[in-house]
Amino acid sequence: MTVADAALPDLSVKVVGHRAILSGHLVVWTLGKLSDTPDAAGIDLAGVVRMDTAGAWELARRRAAGGTLTGLSDHHAGLLATVTRALPVPDPAVKAPPWWSRILDGTGRRVAGALAYLGELTEYLGRTLAALGRGLRHLSRFPATSLIHHCQETGLRAVPIVAVMSFLIGVVLAFQGSDQLRQFGAEVFVVDLIAISILRELGILLTAIIVAGRTASALTASIGSMKMRQEIDAMRTLGLDPDLVLVLPRVLALVLMLPILGLVSALTGLLGGAVMSWIELGISPAVFVARLADVSVSHAVVGLIKAPVFALIIGVIGCHAGMRVGQDAESLGRMTSSAVVSAIFAVIIADAAFSVFFAQVGL
Amino acid sequence: MNGDPVVRVRGLRTQFGDHVVHDGLDLDLRRGEILGVVGGSGTGKSVLLRAIVGLEACQGGTIEVLGKQIGTLSGPDRRALEQRWGVMFQDGALFSSLTVRENVEVPLKAVAGLSDAQRQGLAELKISMAGLPWKANGNYPSDLSGGMRKRAGLARALALDPEIVFLDEPTAGLDPIGASAFDKLIVTLRDALNLSVFLVTHDLDTLHACCDRVAVLAERKVLATGTMAQMLQVDHPWVHEYFHGPRARAATDGIPDKD
Ligand SMILES: Nc1ncnc2c1ncn2[C@@H]1O[C@H](COP(=O)(O)OP(=O)(O)OP(=O)(O)O)[C@@H](O)[C@H]1O
Ligand SMILES: [Mg+2]
Repeated sequence: MTVADAALPDLSVKVVGHRAILSGHLVVWTLGKLSDTPDAAGIDLAGVVRMDTAGAWELARRRAAGGTLTGLSDHHAGLLATVTRALPVPDPAVKAPPWWSRILDGTGRRVAGALAYLGELTEYLGRTLAALGRGLRHLSRFPATSLIHHCQETGLRAVPIVAVMSFLIGVVLAFQGSDQLRQFGAEVFVVDLIAISILRELGILLTAIIVAGRTASALTASIGSMKMRQEIDAMRTLGLDPDLVLVLPRVLALVLMLPILGLVSALTGLLGGAVMSWIELGISPAVFVARLADVSVSHAVVGLIKAPVFALIIGVIGCHAGMRVGQDAESLGRMTSSAVVSAIFAVIIADAAFSVFFAQVGL
Repeated sequence: MNGDPVVRVRGLRTQFGDHVVHDGLDLDLRRGEILGVVGGSGTGKSVLLRAIVGLEACQGGTIEVLGKQIGTLSGPDRRALEQRWGVMFQDGALFSSLTVRENVEVPLKAVAGLSDAQRQGLAELKISMAGLPWKANGNYPSDLSGGMRKRAGLARALALDPEIVFLDEPTAGLDPIGASAFDKLIVTLRDALNLSVFLVTHDLDTLHACCDRVAVLAERKVLATGTMAQMLQVDHPWVHEYFHGPRARAATDGIPDKD
């Protein structure tokens, strides 16, 4: 350290036999100089001009370890007494359990935590539905303005990114598909390929993933920062119902908007596919539309059925994470990123479950 | 040794946009004294504190701390000066990702030659001196109550045994027993370490219990300074109301009149 100060603290330690004679400043900056002196040595302090609590702490420690102190001035003795009185008393240590018990304990806690998480999500779903019921019974309390605001935020504002993404997916599918199908002279089936994959799977799944990234994080951040500043507690004491005022409009907006976004995604995806088929394979738009008419409408239905379910998953996970934010900003950041990861993961799991279900049902 | 000013503020002017917070403010903090700084909410007590420790740029005037002018210091000089003062912010300002003990160890990391055990022991001593129980050592700031966070903030401010400590409302939000223990702690530390304390407070009991002098901030400057007894004589309506209001009377009751 370069202290540009004339009164740089300095301590000199002279060892004479079993005694260490100190002179100068016995302060936190010079404490390291004492490390070579054994604990039990006698210490002479007559030459110490300044001592701080760190020095006093070191002396108190040495005195407890059997060292003797001499030459202590009254002023320093007072400080030493103050520090000795304030010395912390450690709590009795708890015996650490054996390693296998810790592993079992950790695993058990994780599993129980995961089950409790699922339970809490179910509870939030229930609370949202109950809030919906209450809102519909007392229409005057229904948070309509908020609902429309969130529809704009999660729906309208997401249209550009969803449209561009789906258009590009359509382009990619047409390009890759035509390359393969040309080898069999079955170029025209590229229309079926595009239509089925976009309508049934990709359109809605990718939209849901984008919305999960955009909206789940925003839900957690907005509800979480209110939770952090105790605004939610304040609402409860004022007789406002956070489920009705905060959670319901956000989740409901998602449920209303995600099918529409899915539709936008399907249309722009098909558009991208049509454009690319025309350029790459020379399939004119008229032919494309004609082939499209042959694709079973059930694919579009399957895609759209999934949308509200994905929306519920995203909304409930986002709001739940927001409500779990604690008093510190760090938990806000942690919950926000965990909400996005959980929401995307849950959407993909739900999509897999839907695939199995529709395969069994034969749709 | 006592008496020479460790902080000298002359003609200070601070403003945010066109909102002038201080204009022509003069203030001295003398060595070894506890100076209470009072003033209504929003009169710029916290801003003054931040300006003195160099966190807020000022638009005019000079601030000298321990003989050095803030704002003209080079990097190493500034760091050396920062190690001679400790600051406790209005709500603790603990690092949320560190435990209480690790928070207190942060300033101690700058000290060369301390072993890990010494650093830990010193941190535990400061935490205990600030009146926290042993198990608070391993707690994260979010696990503590507001009052405990303040104590942890004080422990961190005192980690390097500074010559000056700046405390922003240390007793706000503490229970009366905790608050008066805090007052005693400040006086004890001042007596033991010859600390100079710059204490922003609204707490009249704290003013009575520990402040040697009081500075009243109003109308963008220090309106009056002096002992509590002198404050009771000031004519200015706000100062009069402050020191003669019902709360002030309750706080003075039972305290022998100083004049
Ligand atoms: N960063 C900033 N930007 C703009 N204005 C600010 C800023 N910081 C403080 N102010 C203004 O400066 C004034 C003084 O604020 P300050 O925080 O110092 O008040 P205070 O005296 O500490 O009040 P309290 O007793 O409530 O803590 C206030 O009017 C505040 O609005
Ligand atoms: Mg303040």
